[in-house]
Amino acid sequence: MSELITAKILKNPKYMQLVKQRDTFAWTLAAIVCVMYFGFILMIAFAPGFLTQPIAADSVIPLGMLLGVGVIVVSCILTGVYVYRANQTFDPIVNEIVREASK
Amino acid sequence: MKPVKNAFRALLACAALLAANLVHAAESAVAAVVPAVVVAPAEPPLNWHAIVMFLIFVAITLVITYWAATRTKNATDFYAAGRGITGLQNGMAIAGDYMSAASFLGIAALVYMNGFYGLIFSVGWLVGWPIILFLIAERLRNLGKYTYGDVVSFRLSQGPVRTMAAIGSLIVVIWYLIGQAVGAGQLLHTLVPQMSYQLSIVIVGALIITYVTFGGMKATTWVQIIKAGLLLGGATLMAIGVMAHEGFSFAKLFNDAVAAHPKHLEIMKSVVPIGAKANPIESISLGLTLMFGTAGLPHILMRFFTVTDSKAARKSVLYGTCFIGFFYILTFIIGFGAIVLVANNPEYVADISKSVLNLKGGGSMPAVYLSHALGGNLFLGFIAAVAFATILAVVSGLTLAGASALSHDIYARVIMKGKATEKQEVWVSKMSVIGLGILAIFLGIAFEKQNVAYIVALTFSIAACTNFPILVLSIFWRGLTTRGAVLGGYTGIFGSIGLLIIGPTVWTKVLNMGPAIFPYDFPTFVVLPAVLVVAYIASVTDSSESGKKEQAAYDAQMVRAETGLGSEVGASH
Repeated sequence: MSELITAKILKNPKYMQLVKQRDTFAWTLAAIVCVMYFGFILMIAFAPGFLTQPIAADSVIPLGMLLGVGVIVVSCILTGVYVYRANQTFDPIVNEIVREASK
Repeated sequence: MKPVKNAFRALLACAALLAANLVHAAESAVAAVVPAVVVAPAEPPLNWHAIVMFLIFVAITLVITYWAATRTKNATDFYAAGRGITGLQNGMAIAGDYMSAASFLGIAALVYMNGFYGLIFSVGWLVGWPIILFLIAERLRNLGKYTYGDVVSFRLSQGPVRTMAAIGSLIVVIWYLIGQAVGAGQLLHTLVPQMSYQLSIVIVGALIITYVTFGGMKATTWVQIIKAGLLLGGATLMAIGVMAHEGFSFAKLFNDAVAAHPKHLEIMKSVVPIGAKANPIESISLGLTLMFGTAGLPHILMRFFTVTDSKAARKSVLYGTCFIGFFYILTFIIGFGAIVLVANNPEYVADISKSVLNLKGGGSMPAVYLSHALGGNLFLGFIAAVAFATILAVVSGLTLAGASALSHDIYARVIMKGKATEKQEVWVSKMSVIGLGILAIFLGIAFEKQNVAYIVALTFSIAACTNFPILVLSIFWRGLTTRGAVLGGYTGIFGSIGLLIIGPTVWTKVLNMGPAIFPYDFPTFVVLPAVLVVAYIASVTDSSESGKKEQAAYDAQMVRAETGLGSEVGASH
């Protein structure tokens, strides 16, 4: 029954290793997004002068605009990084763990 | 009896906010009776392009609804589209569910009025998505059946936890619906003045009820997919039009905007709305609300139950995030394009002697007029139809999420304690759809003359302070018990509603009660930590037997969340 399978999985060292590895990865990426975004927000709150300085002497474009668009682009890239690693690395391990426990 | 009591209190708080608005509505109605000098306006020509395109869209969506209805046979079909949606389809549907008229017309309008400030919303509304992917999406798919209440109550006591989750969902859904209904009425009435505000809302309500009661999640999903395609296509065309006008030079676009805007270079330095005082705490609270609110919207979370497995859930966030991020960058270009092409243009500006910015038809019109400036009546008609489709798609998703909280959480699990048949549950759900649709029509009409600006703050605050933290705690923290989840959840609901009522928008602007008691528009920076502290303390001091069992059940929940073992089976391809 599934309770048995659950118990087997809990005893499998591969499972604990997977959880640890995947959680570290996911929380690291989440931390990167938070640091990036709240860095942007904290600059808006406490250092607006830094964000509103033009990117070049003859330009009206403020640095904050590039950083804001940068946060959006990097966020999209990081979601891609997560999906790639999950497909390549984590899914096979999960399948293996489930297969071993279902035997 | 505790859940019922808490439910009652939450409803009271909601009713208080509603009553406050209705009082204000009555006041403005009285004011409206005193007639201004009546000048018979020339009857504007009928906007044929827009009407024809509305009708084509409605016809297509009704065909889809018919198709979906013939394929909706059980509860899983109705709530979760039979779990047969692919990652790419769900990514499009997520984008269609999330990119509301508020974000399309709203961000463009914020940029049009304030310049740089609008970008904060684009960024904030996007960064919730990677968080959803890294922490929530796959685990949600693995643990839940139809609602996010399934997940938070997975190992906790069904009655109280589901009641709290359903109330959190319903408050978000109903307020979001009011905002969308008012927006729909104003927009349609402005675009096709022959159609009254009330009639516009009734049409939207009737269409939604038709889509969702007959076609369930399948119809909702495809309406959202088509809408996302139309919106992305329309916004791309507009952005290309703007860039073509500016010789494909961002430097020229921004220089021209600075020259055209009455505040000139200030639009490049606006970290707060132009004219507002810098307020670091408000900025931080806004940032928290936008990011974590996204991850707590019930209609968004519900989309993850429609895909075949956690792998598809994961992929769908990648697609969704890319679509949404691309779209937000476009809205920014559209907003600046509107400064160049719409401001100062007597055809669009209400009274050019007073302000070169304020437009006919109100604050949400810059993007709509920009389409006219770029492509005449034909393009205006197209963009108007896209805005209409946008509202329908978002309202469908909201209505279904609200109905499932009522039928799946409250009716089937709390009232019937799991003894309702699937048929009964779906029937209650369809009745809830009809009820919510009618409620949205009435509230939309009641709120016509209201300042609905606080609605975004309200819905995102409750989502960020209640749904999101309790969901994350229930998934990641073994120690959470029923007591912690319920007390924490209600802290979020009452805390955010209470502070919003005594905050500047409602207290000062809606109620005219003088200076606000709580001086911030976004209460998240106070309420979110409070929810975490309350949930933590209430859980660690919970020495009940049931609490210990709930903590012990975490291991099994975690195995299912991490491996997908035992999760709801998706449709095979």
